[in-house]
Amino acid sequence: MEPIGIAKELQKKFPDSISEITTHRGQVALMVERTPIVEMCRVLKTDYQMNHLNCLCGVDNLSRKMAHGERFEVVYQLYSIQNRVTLRLKAQVPESDPSIDSITCLWSGANWLERETYDFFGIVFNGHPNLQRILTAEGWEGYPLRKEYALRGDTEWKGFIELKEKARQLSKFDFYGAQVEQE
Amino acid sequence: MTETKTVDIPVQNGDEDRYQLKLGPQHPATHGVLRVDLDLDGETIVECDPKVGYLHRGFEKLAEHRTFAQNIVLTDRLDYIAAMSNNVGYCEAVEKLLAIEVPERAKFLRVMVCEMSRISSHLLWLATHALDIGAMTVFLYCFREREVLLELFAELCGARLTTTYTRLGGVRQDVTHSIMAKLDQFVEKFPSCIEEYETMIDTNRIWLKRTIGIGQLSAEKAVDLCLTGASLRGSGVDYDVRKHMPYAAYDKMEFEVPVGETGDTYARYRCRMEELRQSNYILRQCIDMMPPGPIVGNDAPDLVMPIKPGKQLEVDVHAGNALFNLIEDRNVFMEGDIYVATEVPKGELGFYFISDGLGRPYRMHIRSPSFLHIGALGTMGKGVMVADLIAIIGTLDVVLGECDR
Amino acid sequence: MQILTIVLQIAILLAIVLLHVAYATYFERKIIGHMQVRLGPMMVGYHGLLQPIADGIKSFFKEDIVPEQADRPLFLFAPVICLVTMLTSLAVIPFAKGWVLADINIGLLFIFAMSSLASYGVILAGWASNSKYTFLGGLRSMAQVISYELPLGLSLVGVMMLSGSLNLTTIVDSQGSSFSSMYLFPQLIGFFVFFVAMLAETNRVPFDLPEAETELVSGYITEYSGMRYALFFMAEYIGMMVMSSIGTICFLGGWNGPFEVPFFPPFWFILKVYGFLFLFIWIRATLPRYRYDQLMALGWKLLLPLALLNIFLTGLFKILVH
Repeated sequence: MEPIGIAKELQKKFPDSISEITTHRGQVALMVERTPIVEMCRVLKTDYQMNHLNCLCGVDNLSRKMAHGERFEVVYQLYSIQNRVTLRLKAQVPESDPSIDSITCLWSGANWLERETYDFFGIVFNGHPNLQRILTAEGWEGYPLRKEYALRGDTEWKGFIELKEKARQLSKFDFYGAQVEQE
Repeated sequence: MTETKTVDIPVQNGDEDRYQLKLGPQHPATHGVLRVDLDLDGETIVECDPKVGYLHRGFEKLAEHRTFAQNIVLTDRLDYIAAMSNNVGYCEAVEKLLAIEVPERAKFLRVMVCEMSRISSHLLWLATHALDIGAMTVFLYCFREREVLLELFAELCGARLTTTYTRLGGVRQDVTHSIMAKLDQFVEKFPSCIEEYETMIDTNRIWLKRTIGIGQLSAEKAVDLCLTGASLRGSGVDYDVRKHMPYAAYDKMEFEVPVGETGDTYARYRCRMEELRQSNYILRQCIDMMPPGPIVGNDAPDLVMPIKPGKQLEVDVHAGNALFNLIEDRNVFMEGDIYVATEVPKGELGFYFISDGLGRPYRMHIRSPSFLHIGALGTMGKGVMVADLIAIIGTLDVVLGECDR
Repeated sequence: MQILTIVLQIAILLAIVLLHVAYATYFERKIIGHMQVRLGPMMVGYHGLLQPIADGIKSFFKEDIVPEQADRPLFLFAPVICLVTMLTSLAVIPFAKGWVLADINIGLLFIFAMSSLASYGVILAGWASNSKYTFLGGLRSMAQVISYELPLGLSLVGVMMLSGSLNLTTIVDSQGSSFSSMYLFPQLIGFFVFFVAMLAETNRVPFDLPEAETELVSGYITEYSGMRYALFFMAEYIGMMVMSSIGTICFLGGWNGPFEVPFFPPFWFILKVYGFLFLFIWIRATLPRYRYDQLMALGWKLLLPLALLNIFLTGLFKILVH
């Protein structure tokens, strides 16, 4: 079945939740509400054999020029290995309550992808087994891929300052450190 | 009376039998800077928790502040042992997003360098996988052939690892007769080299004992864990992006996708060995069928580097567009989003782009296979022995540069 | 005067053996290099001939780092245990007729005792370093020694039964000087068990679990550096030589050869020992590593029954002959 057909059928099943079907360069994308996302993915996975989760990532729409919905989006790229069709779901997540249900019950591989999205955008995934930061260091502040997060800040990361302090303390074990201490 | 020091064994949750071991990030078998926190019961792993991020360089954030053409160099540093595949994957994605046509010869060249980097990456995988299990000689045999390919890369584009070979709308350099002759020689000789590796380990009883039944995944479980590449095909799922969504000139190539059955370490090993043969066959076809013609499309945007390197952070709409010679009636930077996947040696490398009309990607997400493979390690590593965990890390074929991005 | 002679003999023996150890490393590096399509050491001296000496000087002058959390006395003492026990067992090995420091009647037993003691060095090193990898390496070594000491000892019981002695010189003499009378042929099962157990006893590939570099970084020697590391290294090589010597004496007819070499009776002995060493190296270049539980299974489920069967068959043979 063509992806656009699947999209139409899905719209019939979830009439209130799908606001828009767009096609760009032959790829079909659905703009969906966040509430029924698990149910929607389950329908796609079981009824349309969309069994492969290509990609799951967050998007921050803060400075986006083109038309968009809420502040955040979570993009689910699904693929059916049997039928060779691909479909994209773009779940809208508002800024006031950046949370969405976790799809780890459908794909355990989504675990790390959701952690990554949480790490970079601060989008909370309800029902996630272990929602912690993954790529940034422990104790990192802020969500790096949000648009207001500067590429280059004006202060050092506090972990790095602590590290430098620790290195200074340990320098007495250094080969030259003992001499420096005496001087 | 001297102070007595005791060796203390950490006890967790009142379970005195558990022994916590933090494998990595400095460890010879973790292929870079992977850290795995283990709870051991004797030598058996009770809890396995991989930790990544030691090589995080913020490529996705960085890419939003650089132009499409500038980001090609970032992709070199993703999977640094198969940089060519990443270059191709990135450019295929951007070209599809901006609807840039690639000439036929460039497509064939892309397939050629992709397969060369696949062979070189698989050779490194085989080398380190065998070394992890203890077979040292295979390691050096593999490096012998890998050296030939890296020399060819150096001759082709001046770098052995960080190649930056592709450009939007084509490739950077045309091949010379000398490269083609050397590649032809290599392709001629390589099948006998594969046989050489196989005689070393394929029927070795210890090798079989260490790989058969280790890290076994059913087809459903492998799909559930979002594995791709040979790690997925070893479980019997026929999913290869080169066949499913052909890019470059793969639709003109004749090759088979090897699929395993048992889904254990040995099946994945067999899959990759067959892929080496298939890649070699594709290279043979590339040499024979290489069409003449230009290597960069006529309507491809002219690649000009920014005038002043210091100014690239403040690129505005006009400066961004100035990087390209725009063709009159075409809007190069169309708005929209796209997900394009390519088959790199590790698995499916996907780029999700959002373009909002400026010269830079509004959002670039890299779906890296290694990230998901390491994510699967936590599941696969439970209940096996430490030595098996090392074998499983090897068989998943991870590169931390790609995982941490 | 007699003591002085013995001390002199010991000094000569040690000097020669340590020189052999140094060049055994060279031998290994060269052979394994050529097996792996590379050259091995080439830079120091002609074809790297002075490399072992350079290595010795380097490790002697390197800083001896003791981890702060380590159990200091044990940490310093462990490599010495390893080396001394290995060197002591050299005393009873006859290199040729009469070329032996101490021709004691329980020679074989003595060597077993010493090689078991050497494992204390390994275990203590693993314990005293106070590091997790070394600790695991020490544990593995302990388990490995216990499982392989038994088949190793039992595999030689057949030899003892045939020769009726534990004295190493007597064992060689009772084999006679002809090729066909070597104990290798009647004791084929015993030799097989001995060979495998010997590899495990000396922690060589495919049984190098205590120092498996890709699993335990470097096992029990992870925290060692400089001279103490070199001591472990020397102990390993002397261990290989001692085990090869036992193999030569018990199965290959010791110093007997096709003809007598004038002025240098141990010629055939040394040749056979180097043959064994070559096998060690060949195996290292060829085989992957066993897993811990597979190693245990092999030791207890295959080698031990085989060794017992060998004893049974040898006993049966002796009864039938008499």
